[in-house]
Amino acid sequence: MSKKQVTIDGNEAVGIVAHKTNEVIAIYPITPSSNMGEHADEKSANGEKNLWGIVPLVQEMQSEAGAAGAVHGALQTGALTTTFTASQGLLLMIPNMFKIAGELTATVFHIAARSVAAHALSIFGDHSDVMAVRSTGWAQLASASVQETMDNALIAQAATLESRVPFIHFFDGFRTSHEVSKIEELEESVMRDMLPDDLILAHRARAMSPDRPVLRGSAQNPDVFFQSREACNPYYIACPDIVQKTMDKFAGLTGRHYHLFDYVGAPDADRLVVIMGSGADIAHEAVEYLVARGEKVGVLKVRLYRPFSIEHFVDALPKSVKIIAAMDRTKEPGAPGDPLYMDVVNAFVESNGSGPHPKVIGGRYGLSSKEFTAAMVKGIFDEMAKPQPKTHFTVGIVDDVTHSSIDYDPEFSTEPDDVVRAMFFGLGSDGTVSANKNSIKIIAEGTPNYGQGYFVYDSKKAGTLTVSHLRFGPRPIRSSYLISQANFAACHQFVFMEKYDVLKNLVEGGTFLLNAPYGPDEVWDKIPRSAQEQIMRKKIKFYVIDAYDVGRKTNMGVRINTIMQTCFFAISGVLPREEAIAAIKESIVHTYGKRGEEVVKMNFNAVDQALANMYEVKYPCNASSEISMRRPVPEEAPEFVQKLTAMIIAGRGDELPVSAFPVDGTYPTGTTQWERRNIAQDIPVWNSDICIQCGKCAMVCPHASIRIKVYDSRLLDQAPATFKSVNAKDKEFAGQKYTIQIAPEDCTGCGVCVDVCPARSKTETKIKALNMALQLPLREPESENWEFFKRIPEVDRSKVRTNLVRQAQLLQPLFEFSGACAGCGETPYLKLMTQLFGDRAVCANATGCSSIYGGNLPTTPYAMNADGRGPTWNNSLFEDAAEFGLGFRLSIDTQAGFAQQLVKNLESVLGTELVEGLLNAVQKDEADIYAQRERVKILKQKLQGMQTSEARQLLAIADMLVKKSVWIIGGDGWAYDIGFGGLDHVIASGKNVNLLVLDTEVYSNTGGQASKSTPRGAVAKFASGGKQAGKKDLGLIAMSYGNVYVASVAFGAKDEHTLRAFLEAEAYDGPSLIIAYSHCIAHGINMETALEEQKAAVDSGHWPLYRYNPQLAAEGKNPMQLDSRPPKIPVKDYCYRETRFKMLTKTKPEEAKRLMELAQQDVDNRRSLYEYLAGRPFSAEGTQQ
Amino acid sequence: MDLTTTYMGLKLKNPLVPSASTLSEKIDNLRKMEDSGAAAVVCYSLFEEEIIQESRELNDRLNQGTESFFEATSYFPEPDKLLIGPDFYLEHIRKAKAAVGIPIIGSLNGCSEGGWVQYAKLIQDAGAVALELNIYFMSTDAASQSEQIERVYLEILKAVKAQVTIPVAVKLSPFFSAMASMAKRLEQAGADGLVLFNRFYQPDIDLEALEVVPNVLLSTPQALRLPLRWIGILNGRVGISLAATSGIHNADDVLKLIMAGADVTMLCSALFQKGVGHLTTVLNEMTRWMEEHEYESIKQMKGSLSQRSSANPAAFERANYMKALRTFRG
Repeated sequence: MSKKQVTIDGNEAVGIVAHKTNEVIAIYPITPSSNMGEHADEKSANGEKNLWGIVPLVQEMQSEAGAAGAVHGALQTGALTTTFTASQGLLLMIPNMFKIAGELTATVFHIAARSVAAHALSIFGDHSDVMAVRSTGWAQLASASVQETMDNALIAQAATLESRVPFIHFFDGFRTSHEVSKIEELEESVMRDMLPDDLILAHRARAMSPDRPVLRGSAQNPDVFFQSREACNPYYIACPDIVQKTMDKFAGLTGRHYHLFDYVGAPDADRLVVIMGSGADIAHEAVEYLVARGEKVGVLKVRLYRPFSIEHFVDALPKSVKIIAAMDRTKEPGAPGDPLYMDVVNAFVESNGSGPHPKVIGGRYGLSSKEFTAAMVKGIFDEMAKPQPKTHFTVGIVDDVTHSSIDYDPEFSTEPDDVVRAMFFGLGSDGTVSANKNSIKIIAEGTPNYGQGYFVYDSKKAGTLTVSHLRFGPRPIRSSYLISQANFAACHQFVFMEKYDVLKNLVEGGTFLLNAPYGPDEVWDKIPRSAQEQIMRKKIKFYVIDAYDVGRKTNMGVRINTIMQTCFFAISGVLPREEAIAAIKESIVHTYGKRGEEVVKMNFNAVDQALANMYEVKYPCNASSEISMRRPVPEEAPEFVQKLTAMIIAGRGDELPVSAFPVDGTYPTGTTQWERRNIAQDIPVWNSDICIQCGKCAMVCPHASIRIKVYDSRLLDQAPATFKSVNAKDKEFAGQKYTIQIAPEDCTGCGVCVDVCPARSKTETKIKALNMALQLPLREPESENWEFFKRIPEVDRSKVRTNLVRQAQLLQPLFEFSGACAGCGETPYLKLMTQLFGDRAVCANATGCSSIYGGNLPTTPYAMNADGRGPTWNNSLFEDAAEFGLGFRLSIDTQAGFAQQLVKNLESVLGTELVEGLLNAVQKDEADIYAQRERVKILKQKLQGMQTSEARQLLAIADMLVKKSVWIIGGDGWAYDIGFGGLDHVIASGKNVNLLVLDTEVYSNTGGQASKSTPRGAVAKFASGGKQAGKKDLGLIAMSYGNVYVASVAFGAKDEHTLRAFLEAEAYDGPSLIIAYSHCIAHGINMETALEEQKAAVDSGHWPLYRYNPQLAAEGKNPMQLDSRPPKIPVKDYCYRETRFKMLTKTKPEEAKRLMELAQQDVDNRRSLYEYLAGRPFSAEGTQQ
Repeated sequence: MDLTTTYMGLKLKNPLVPSASTLSEKIDNLRKMEDSGAAAVVCYSLFEEEIIQESRELNDRLNQGTESFFEATSYFPEPDKLLIGPDFYLEHIRKAKAAVGIPIIGSLNGCSEGGWVQYAKLIQDAGAVALELNIYFMSTDAASQSEQIERVYLEILKAVKAQVTIPVAVKLSPFFSAMASMAKRLEQAGADGLVLFNRFYQPDIDLEALEVVPNVLLSTPQALRLPLRWIGILNGRVGISLAATSGIHNADDVLKLIMAGADVTMLCSALFQKGVGHLTTVLNEMTRWMEEHEYESIKQMKGSLSQRSSANPAAFERANYMKALRTFRG
């Protein structure tokens, strides 16, 4: 019997079994299932073999639909095949799933169940995806814990091979897929025993082969399709028994005995919860607690949800049950009940007809990983005990609109005293989560204790708050919910003390560890008064360390993970101190050893220094602090922001009732301005004497935290004392004042502006026109300056020469303070787009980084100008942004055409001059647009009083008479892979849309998986062995249509070129495609000097700059303009600046060399081709001579 | 003609040894060197800073952005093994040894007393027959005393010697107040040879960018005067091997340095400029000159114009400086 214990998460547990028991694995990234594919890819790249001694082939596809197709094909030709997915990904597989089931083909798809996007996208867990595929004919097996994911992955594989019914094996996204837990790893021998050769050979025998040809996929007609469809019935009837038999066999091998429905509770229970997924284990914990206290309750855990065996279901129920709550983690609006509820009701109706059966009520819980706790389970039982319990209730929220929610006591806790519960508040970049993952392994694998870890991150990519929840105890831990009563809390960032109540969950007598820039004697007075009061009231043991100081002295920089981890072990007492330190050091060697001895040495040093620098704080018995918690948003924020956004920012979104929310997912724009995250240690300071007013700093600022204005000197009368101003240098603004102002609380401190600044002091060249300085002393004066600056009127857009960077940067950005990574390479393009066209832009955004920092709550960056105009934005799906945007264009054009028609019809009442003005407006530049807006204003005034249908119709769409700019935005995952078909169709349509591809050459948002844009030789997830194929030339494909404007730009290499391309693309009355080099954290670069990467990319020829303008062809000129010079450096000199390329030289040096030689050939060939295209003779007809 | 020489106990077929440079990064170049007549080769250097820097940088990049965001808890695959630190270098030494028959001399470059000296043993194990220890130290701290700095040199040497059994040469900079004494102390600390001199690459200023930039300038023939002087002085004053490096471009340069007392002469810039095949030319011209001037062997001419052997020992000293300036007429 296998007893090997490992501490892993659900995705890894599944990945191990899936890789061992399959031969072909088709993958595509989607959160939260991507990690399963990554594990499979890494295993195959490392040469790991499956049970039968071959290395499975792992193939990344262009979409989940593609993955499903490849799986279908591999299955049909006899390979054991699998895939992993979630949410929309699973929905894209539906057509093939029908086929795979219809052909009775054995396979298991592993699903990290996740919400399907509705009023909003959510990456978090619920069952709406797996419930959406109920009709495909697949068996559905649910896992409730990390151990079960591993066990059921194998059980499903065995059962599908025997039953021929394909299986969905699902578990809760994040809660189970990402929960780290100590489990018993299945040994290969168990897997072999569960998968006898006969089953494999039967699968092979069903395969298509020209040596014994068959035909499948026939087309059938009304005479036979129906009967033929019924022919599979025996297999579905047999399936539940096969699964149970498989579970029984598994029990014999491992000692873990599962059933299709597992009952836990009082033998004479009268109240029962039916539930599946991680909620089942929580209910299990709650039921055990309640039964021990005499309550007659029970839980029925659903494991095999499809085929739903009524017989097994009824048999599993205690006969004493009087009322059942069927709990669904999904919502089917308009249905008579959610799916599990409907199945339970049906089970009784079918099994017992009109006879007596328990009362069944339905409840909904946990949508999008909403917390589901033992307290809520108790609440459900309490509800069932009422004479008239609610049905179709919700639990875990307050529904004050349709009053579906039931009450529960949030203070109720089932957590036993012998479980250590620790919470850690960290910053993404400080390594807190990594340290905690290590700590779990140290404790769970080094002692008989069980361990569990779950990690919560906020929605931003820079300056992220991470909260780690760790439990250790003598028994397997079923508490799949966040810790509410901690014995230990650590705050790894001192600034959090003002922002979050980090002590809230700490129990009386608990231990608190704080990283503070203060010693044990001064720290007390530096924390907020409310924190002091809690510490005193709860008699908390309080420790402090200046971890950043230790980090500096030990070369750890801001990675204080090892330091804080050491302190945790030293004071929490979970392990004897010496033993713990030895274990940490062993773990350091294991984790960092392969990164070199120096890294190990640094970490060892940090461990030793941590112990020497941690102190217990002896605090007085009175609260003396004058510091109070910061408001989440300023008082002047609008009401919506105060009521809703502020609560989410403060981490209290769970408390908001249903009535607080828009009913259809519509939110105001421009809300990031209220968040003021203060995440920068250092911010840029303007040296006005040195500044040459080039505007480059504002151009490159990823967060629009650097603004420029020119204005009348008289406005300075009211300026704060430290407000800086100089005379404007441009002749167009002669006599006016010029100011570069930093938004001090919104800057992320990335330093890109300082890096790009070309102006240096004549006397001390290290001083530039922008220099970084500590934010804290500047926060107050610069905030005052920023507030004053905001009140200065924006520049008159009609006076700006938008083709010059220094003047274009005077335009107000309508994309600001996003949650993108510090130093992001994408956002400067979006900001530029909004500066130039934002007041009339309609944006269709593909899912990805840009949709997350563009549209993730609590605050969103698209903003409005003083007139209330700005980009309007929506995200449809990952794959359909181009089509979605084309829809905008068609709709706008139709309405604009209708408006023009109505204007003509109403000429007699509107007046000929206005009508002609409106209809003949050229709208080519800012002045034209302004003039047209003025005409529309007059039009609206005239229409106001009119009651005719035509007048009222025209009033509703009059704004369509002003030119609208449609922007379709997405990353390379969208443009090159999943959305390519749509993109191709849309550019072929000839319609006036602008497609902006933010090309990071990798799936950035999901953590760096290879796309078809990934260059040859780069290492990425799903391409661990180095990308074999060269980068797809998307621009060339688009150029082949002849009528598509195409530009390849890199703002860090040539900003004026980028600007020109944006202006030309938008001006072109047809489809435009801008492919924008976007440096990215996933390249493994120093983000502060990332523009150097852009320059090197262009200088090496890896990223050519060009513009293909069909307008030129119409004028008889060559449309192709190659704007970058011949390569100055070999491509390797660019590539080996970046870890993504360098990594292969550290894993497979010979392969790296081979691929780099090919990459150089790619560059050379592409350059020759482009030189030819740009140099060839061209006639007016656009044909080659 | 007997061109053989002995360097740190190694019997070499002639005194031409390509010095440590990127030329030796390619095995093909090593083969060309052998074919063109090189008697041995000093492999490119394994740098202390490079190992530390590489390790730290990789660690930083792999950590960057991790565990900060639900959808992307990391950005790179985690390979089982990474070739970090000396692995590449050692592999290269092994390959070089397998590819050519001439002796391979390893080169280790650093400036602190740290764990890096253990790489000396690994280089020996990889097949190097000797080691060149390049101690490239820039003292910019106004508070540090020359005695302290000299002690560091000696300690590093001792630490390396304790690791290996192969001979170790120390490559020095010319910036010692008491060069002769330093040479003697290194000999006493166990050095088997001295390589004179290390070229300190000086930074340059980019006027457009207003930045100080690194800039490698190849050596000119004039650069050989410095090693020529010190080899001439040290010949006989120390009992260990002397290698000349810097500014050796042609046969005349080689002959001069051997006459001053060098056991081997190391070429680099000339090979970058004229190709590795230039070694053959140098060798042929050397031989021709020796024949024309009726020399029988390298051994015969070695040290014949050292300070100790020359008719005008003052030419190596301050008196020469005075005379040179006085007689210079532009």
